Amino acid sequence: MSAATIVSLPDQATARIPKMNFLSKENGLLSWLLTGDHKRIATLYLISITFFFFIGGALAGLIRLELLTPQSDLMAADTYNKVFSMHGLIMVFFFLVPSVPATIGNFVIPMMVGAKDLALPKINLLSWYLYIVAGGMMLYTMATGGVDTGWTFTTPLSTHYLNTNVISAGLAVFVAGFSSIFTGLNFIVTIHKMRCPGMTWFRLPLFVWSNYAASILMVLGTPVLAITLVLIVLERAVHIGVFDPAMGGDPLLFQHLFWFYSHPAVYIMILPGMGVISEVVSTFSRKRVFGYTAVAFSSVAIAVFGFFVWAHHMFIMGISNYAALVFSLLTMLVAVPSAIKIFNWAFTLYNGSITFETPMLYAFGFMGLFTIGGMTGVFLGATGTDIHLTETYFIVAHFHFVMVGGMLMAFLSGIHFWWPKWTGRMYPEKISQLAALITFIGFNFTFFPQFILGTLGMPRRYAAYPPEFQVLNVFSSAGATILGVGYLLPILYLTWSLKYGEIAGENPWQATGLEWQTQSPPLTENFPEIPIMDHEAYDYEWLERQQRKEVASV
Amino acid sequence: MSDSTATANGVETEVHHEHPSYQRHHFETVAQQFDATNFAMWLFLLTEIMFFGGLFTAYLILRNWYYPAFVEGSHQLSIFWGTANTTVLIISSFTMAMSVWNAQMRRKGGLLLCLVLTFILGLVFLGIKGIEWHEKWVKYHVPGLHYSDQSFRNPASDPEVYAEYHDKSLAPDMASKVEQYFFLYFAMTGMHALHMVIGIAILGFMIVRAKTGAYTSGHYTFVENFGLYWHFVDIIWIFLFPLLYLISRHQ
Amino acid sequence: MNNANNSSEHEQHIVSPKIYVVILLALLALTATTVAASYVEMYVFNAVVALAIAVLKMILVVLFFMHIKYSTKLTKLTVISGVFIFLGLISMTLADYVSRAWGRW
Repeated sequence: MSAATIVSLPDQATARIPKMNFLSKENGLLSWLLTGDHKRIATLYLISITFFFFIGGALAGLIRLELLTPQSDLMAADTYNKVFSMHGLIMVFFFLVPSVPATIGNFVIPMMVGAKDLALPKINLLSWYLYIVAGGMMLYTMATGGVDTGWTFTTPLSTHYLNTNVISAGLAVFVAGFSSIFTGLNFIVTIHKMRCPGMTWFRLPLFVWSNYAASILMVLGTPVLAITLVLIVLERAVHIGVFDPAMGGDPLLFQHLFWFYSHPAVYIMILPGMGVISEVVSTFSRKRVFGYTAVAFSSVAIAVFGFFVWAHHMFIMGISNYAALVFSLLTMLVAVPSAIKIFNWAFTLYNGSITFETPMLYAFGFMGLFTIGGMTGVFLGATGTDIHLTETYFIVAHFHFVMVGGMLMAFLSGIHFWWPKWTGRMYPEKISQLAALITFIGFNFTFFPQFILGTLGMPRRYAAYPPEFQVLNVFSSAGATILGVGYLLPILYLTWSLKYGEIAGENPWQATGLEWQTQSPPLTENFPEIPIMDHEAYDYEWLERQQRKEVASV
Repeated sequence: MSDSTATANGVETEVHHEHPSYQRHHFETVAQQFDATNFAMWLFLLTEIMFFGGLFTAYLILRNWYYPAFVEGSHQLSIFWGTANTTVLIISSFTMAMSVWNAQMRRKGGLLLCLVLTFILGLVFLGIKGIEWHEKWVKYHVPGLHYSDQSFRNPASDPEVYAEYHDKSLAPDMASKVEQYFFLYFAMTGMHALHMVIGIAILGFMIVRAKTGAYTSGHYTFVENFGLYWHFVDIIWIFLFPLLYLISRHQ
Repeated sequence: MNNANNSSEHEQHIVSPKIYVVILLALLALTATTVAASYVEMYVFNAVVALAIAVLKMILVVLFFMHIKYSTKLTKLTVISGVFIFLGLISMTLADYVSRAWGRW
C-alpha cells in the first residue's frame, strides 16, 4: 500500500500533539458540560450518538435473530413489533438525523468556513442537551414497555388501538426534533454570516453546501413533524383529535403531515453524507471535484424537490390518482440531482491519482450501495411497481441501502477522514481497511437478499413468515453478524488509537480544506488568526505551492 | 476575548482596539453579531410558520369536510371578545415596535414604559382568552374533557346564540363533528396562548434587565429579536381571528 | 453574495415612530373593516375578503413592525421561502383532497 499513498505523517520520533488544543484547554466534567466550543459539543454528540447506535444495532440484531426461523419463536409477535419500532425510532431520530451534521458537521463546518465557532454556541449546546433529554425519554419509553407503532406513528393504530407508550415516544421525538432544528438553524446562520474574508459561496467545500441544504430541510420540515406529534399526543390524552376516523378525523391528514417532514428527513440523513463523500473522493483522487457548481446546486435541488414528493409514501393509502401521478413524477425528478452527484464523483475519480485509504474505501462502498439504493427508489417512485413492492422487504432493503449502505458508510468514512484532525492521532490503517471491507461484504449479505424476498412478496413488520423464505432470511441474518463485526471493529481500534495511534500532524491527507491548515487537534478558537481564503476549493496546486513556500522559508 | 487580531476585513470604519463587552468572542464585529442573531431569529420564525402551518392545514381540510359543523361551532365564539383581543394584540405589537425604537434611541424611560405596556397588554390578551375559554367550559364545549353536543343537535337550547344566528339543528353525525372544530380551536388558540405566555415571561426578564440600562447602551439586539417574535405571535392571531371567528358568520 | 463582514451596511435603519403610528391606525382600521365585512352576506367571498385583509395586515406588520422593508435581501428571501414552503404544504395536500373526487382515470 505504501507505494500508492498520500499519507504524510510527521517524524514520529519528534512529533508531539500540540500542548494547547481544544481538548486540553480546560479539564473537568463541567468544562465539557458547559462548553460553548463546537468541537467539544461535536465530541459529546459523537459519544452519545454512538451509544444510541449500539442500542439500535442491538435491536437490529434481535430482529435478525428472530427472523432466522419462520416461526415467531425467539419472541412473541408483540415483542417483535416493539423491537422493530424501537429500532426504527432510535436509528432514525437518534442516530441518522444527527449523525453527520451534529458530529462531523459541528466539528468541521466552522473550520471549513474559517470561523472561530458556530454563530450561536449556546444554542448549539442547548441542542445537545435537548438530544440527551429526548434520548432519556426514549430510553424511558423502552424501559417501561416500549412502543409498537413502527417509527411512523401511524394513526389510528397509534392513537386508538395500542396501549404502549406512544405519548412518551412521541414527546421524545418532539424534543429530538427541536435539537435538530437548532443544529440546522445554527449551520445556516454560520454559513451565511461567519465566512472568513475571501470565502465566497463557490469557494466553500461541498461538505458545507450539502449540510446547508440539509439544514434548510431541518428548519422547515421538522416543525411540521413537531405539531403532528403534538396532535397525536393530544389525541391520545383527551381522546379527541383530527386523525382518528372513529371521531371523524382523517388518518390521511396525518400521513400528509407526517411525510411532509419524514420524506425530507431522508434527505436530512443522506445529504450530509454526500458532503463527506465529496470531500473524501476529491482528497484521495488529488483532484478538484468534477463539476463543483453542479454538485453544489444538486444539493440545493435535492432539498427543494425533496419537499414536494412526500405522497409517494402514500400511493396505496387512497390518495387521489391524479395526486399520485404528480408526486410520482416529482419523485423521479429527485433522481436527477442524486445522479448528478454520483456521476460527478465518478468523473472526479477519472484520471485522478487514486489512493485507497480507509475513508476512500468507505466512499467507494457508499457510491455503489447508494446507487443501488437510489435506483430501487425510482422503482418505488413509480406508482405501478410501488403497489406491488410497498410494505414488502423490498422497501426495507431499499431504505437500508440508502441509509446504512449510504449514510452509515459516509459517516464512517467521515469519522476516519477527520479522526486525525479530531484527536491528533491516526487510526491503524490496515485493520480499518479490513473493517471497511467487512462492513461492505456484511452489508450486501444482509440486505441484498431482502430485495429478492421483497419481490417474492414477503411482507415487512411480521415476526413470522412462510418457510419458503427461510434460506434468504438465513443469509440475511448471517450477513448481519458480519456487519456487526464490521461496526464493532472501528469502536475498538478508534478507542485504541486515542492513546497509541501515530501522531497525525496538521495535514496527514494533504487535503485542501481550511480545517487541514491548522494544528490537530485544533485550538479552541480553531485558527491562531482568522484565515483569508485566497484560492478555490480543492485547489491541490495551491497546497503544493504553499508547502514549497514553507520548505523554502525553513 | 484576549485575541488582538485586528479584523482581517479592512472595511471597519471606526477604529477600536477593544471590543465592546457585549461582543461575543467568536464574532469579528458587532455588526456581524447583530446580523447573525437577527438572521437566526428569522430562521426560528420560519420554523414557527411551519409549526402553525400544520394546524392551519388540518383546519382547512376539516372545515371543508364538515362545513356545517364548523359553521355552527364558530357561532359559539364571541366576535366582541375576538375583536377586543385582536385590538389588544395589535396595540401591544405597536408598543413593542416602540420599545425597539426607544432602545435604538437609547431612551431608557421610554423603553421601560413601552415594555411594561406590552407586558400588560399581553396579560390582558390572556385574560380575555381565559374568559372565552371559561365560557366554553361552562357550556360543555371543551372537547374530550367536558363536552356535550347538545347545542348543535338542538340549537334552541342555547338561546343566546340561537337568537343571533337561528342555526338549524344538525344531524347527530354532523353534530358530533363540532367537537373537531373545538379541538382545533383549542389546539390553535392554546398553542398561540402558549407562545404568548413564553413571550410574557421573556418580557418580564427584559423589563428587569432594561432597568439596569442593559439595552440602552447601543446593544439592543435582544429587544429587536424579541420584537420579531412578538410580532410573529401577533400575525398568527391576525389569521386565527378571521378563520375561527369571522368567516363562518353566514352559512 | 460577498462575505458577511461588511460592517458598512450594518447601520440599523431606524423607523420613525410616525410610521409606527400610521401602521397601528391602519391595522386597527383593517380590523374594523374585517369585522364589519363579516356582517355582510357575501357567500364564499366572506372567507376570501377576511383572508385578504388578514394577508394585508400581515404584510404591514412584516414590512414595518418587523423592519423587512429596510432589511437585507437575505432576510427578505428568508421570509419569502417560509411563505413558499407553507403554501407548498397546503397546496400539495389540497391537491390530493381536491382531486380525489375526480375518481379513476
